[in-house]
Amino acid sequence: MEKRVTFGKWTIGILFAVPQLLLIFTFFYWPAGQAVYWSLTLQQPWGGGNIWVGLDNFRSILSNADYWSSITASLVFAGISTGLAMFIALVLAALTDRQLAGSRLYRVVLIWPYGIAAPALAMAFRFILAPEAGFMAMVNRVWPGIWDPGLDGADAMASIIVAFSWKYVGYNFIFFLAAFQAIPRSLIEAAAMDGSGVIRRFWDIQFPLITPTIFFLLVINITESFQDSFGIVDIMTAGGPANATNLMVYKIYSDGFKGLDYSGAAAQSIILMLLIIVLTIFQFRFIERRVHYR
Amino acid sequence: MPAKPPRERNGQLCKGRGATTELSHTFSKRAGKDLRKTLVTSHSRGKTMTMIKRGFAALAAGALSTALAMPASAEPVKFDFWFGLSGDLARVVDTLCKNFNASQKDYEVVCTSQGNYDATLQNTIAAFRAGKQPAVVQVYDVGTATMMLSGAYKPADKLMEENGYKIDYADYFPGIARYYATSKGEMLSFPFNSSTPLMYWNKDAFAKIGKTEAPKTWEDVGADLKALKDAGYECPMAINISANESWQLMEQFSALHNQPIATKNNGYDGLDARLEVNKTKFVQYVTDLKKWYDAGLIKIKSKDLGQDMVQAFASGTCQLILTSVGDHGTVGRTQKEGMKWDVAELPVYAGTERKNSLVGGASLWVLSGKSDAEYKGAAAFLNFIHDPKTALFWSTNTGYIPVTKSGFDYMKGQGFYDKAPYKGREVAIASLTASEPTEITRGIRLGNFTQIRAEFGTQMQAIFANKVSVQEGLDTLVKNGDAILDRFQQTYPGKTLP
Repeated sequence: MEKRVTFGKWTIGILFAVPQLLLIFTFFYWPAGQAVYWSLTLQQPWGGGNIWVGLDNFRSILSNADYWSSITASLVFAGISTGLAMFIALVLAALTDRQLAGSRLYRVVLIWPYGIAAPALAMAFRFILAPEAGFMAMVNRVWPGIWDPGLDGADAMASIIVAFSWKYVGYNFIFFLAAFQAIPRSLIEAAAMDGSGVIRRFWDIQFPLITPTIFFLLVINITESFQDSFGIVDIMTAGGPANATNLMVYKIYSDGFKGLDYSGAAAQSIILMLLIIVLTIFQFRFIERRVHYR
Repeated sequence: MPAKPPRERNGQLCKGRGATTELSHTFSKRAGKDLRKTLVTSHSRGKTMTMIKRGFAALAAGALSTALAMPASAEPVKFDFWFGLSGDLARVVDTLCKNFNASQKDYEVVCTSQGNYDATLQNTIAAFRAGKQPAVVQVYDVGTATMMLSGAYKPADKLMEENGYKIDYADYFPGIARYYATSKGEMLSFPFNSSTPLMYWNKDAFAKIGKTEAPKTWEDVGADLKALKDAGYECPMAINISANESWQLMEQFSALHNQPIATKNNGYDGLDARLEVNKTKFVQYVTDLKKWYDAGLIKIKSKDLGQDMVQAFASGTCQLILTSVGDHGTVGRTQKEGMKWDVAELPVYAGTERKNSLVGGASLWVLSGKSDAEYKGAAAFLNFIHDPKTALFWSTNTGYIPVTKSGFDYMKGQGFYDKAPYKGREVAIASLTASEPTEITRGIRLGNFTQIRAEFGTQMQAIFANKVSVQEGLDTLVKNGDAILDRFQQTYPGKTLP
């Protein structure tokens, strides 16, 4: 016997879904479809016409060494910044959850970085990390030439990773703290009475119980590091030096809007979309297995 | 002086508009008479007419009372002007617009800054595709080829002719006019803010090494930088190697030495032009710059690193820079107290017959698809900007140079170049007019040149970071640049540059 409430006619169900479907279609599927169409044509920027070129745009992008180095840079950026942002946030949340002195203050303050717009924080980090003025100037005075993001690609990559992670520490912190606080106190107290120390309790009780949050944040952080890095790259390095920080999303912007190559940019954004989809499927397929949802 | 075009009639404005809108357009001293005429022409029949007739007396009275409060004789025709300057320069443009609006009553230009050149072009394209483009837009020098193929403009020379303005195109400095003209010499856009690079040198520092004049050749520069270094100067010369510096390091250097950047006369003769900077004198230039950088004679200064080269020069940190005459005012305002400095033409290699430098900056394009009334306004605006008095205002308040000989003569006559803060800017004119433009020093007419500039920055950074040799870097620049040109050509099949 059917226990669920069902509609007699399937049309009513569709009708209820129509407003939502319309929104999704207008703001997601339609532009995405347009991007697919553009990626298969050569668009004149002023709208004078276009030529169907099939997969030529994809072929020329994928045969370009610069594009592959852009993919590598994006993966390096995503990996390190996600790891850094999640690790630091996890440690901070675990400490805040222990009710150490001042934890109420930290609970509020540590959320702030996420509230700062990417360009503003990039500007701040540009000053902090400038090799001739700012904080790193002192380091350079002790070891001349050690920090030079203007010419050294690794240094430039490090600076955008630091800036991005700093922002996402705040975001991750909120979720980790909420997850820690959802763990019943009695579990931790019982473990404490059994004689396990802080680290032991963390690995045996807290960590397994927050794996759903860790998994969620992993997916979000990786996705965002592909998409939200734009403002930081634009202000701090503009993709340089020598393309070392030319992440995929920034390359889409500079080719499409600065270079007026709309078709090439559309093709790149399709590739980026596919890459994110593949990464997300991979995470759900292989990492989610180790997640315990109560 | 060109003749003033006939005044816009109120009736024309009102075509196809409802009664209420018409009223807002006819607040005038002659409101009553005009209104009746307007209403009769646009609604000669029907119920509306009777209704309006009934309320006519009341409406006319209202219009008259408003007319007393607004002394303007008619609502002016509004048209949009989008530009890409920001900060101080945007304020000067705003004043320019106010001056135009105050100079006559028929048109009102609405000036909107879009932040920078790139954004102006992007936003204009987006607006054009949506049918909401401005009447006049400022497009930077390297956007010229893209504009010419867009089919989205109304040729400036035709616009002026249609509206009864006579512009003496021979009055423009040839180096400026040719950059924006077609291969046949027709002006499709009007030069607006124009500049050219100069060498800024610190007289105090050069005095220390016994020099009273700026070096004229790159050989001399090399020797002087060495001497400055030996005299204890940490930063004899500052450069930057981002996409922007393609202008003074690659484009201007090539023009001065009459070296091509691309085949087909830098692209003027066809979309199939391809880069060739990897086999010109430019290779030697980059090699020398790199050598001097390795020897510590040149430092890289950019905003990202803490101080850009103009700041580095003005503060006395670096003794020599190559930058636009547009920075002349900034250096003067921000210089270290008491520092003596001057400007000179960019050096050339010994034995080179110096050619004219290229103009930088932007020109004003009139876009297609606007009403005749707006075009009349746009023509009046371009004519206003063309006026020598406007040139004096513009150059006094910015670092840009006058674009016409009459403007330059007028400014000279006013004693502009004798006074301290502006003295030296005439060197820019000397540099621009050093020779009649050759086939190669007319300018650069390459598609998607912004991306080629970006590629220049990328490869220069790779060269200076010792990732590749000079020749390898420039070969890659040519290879990647050609791919960009190839793509541009494919996007416009069968089209040719005008």
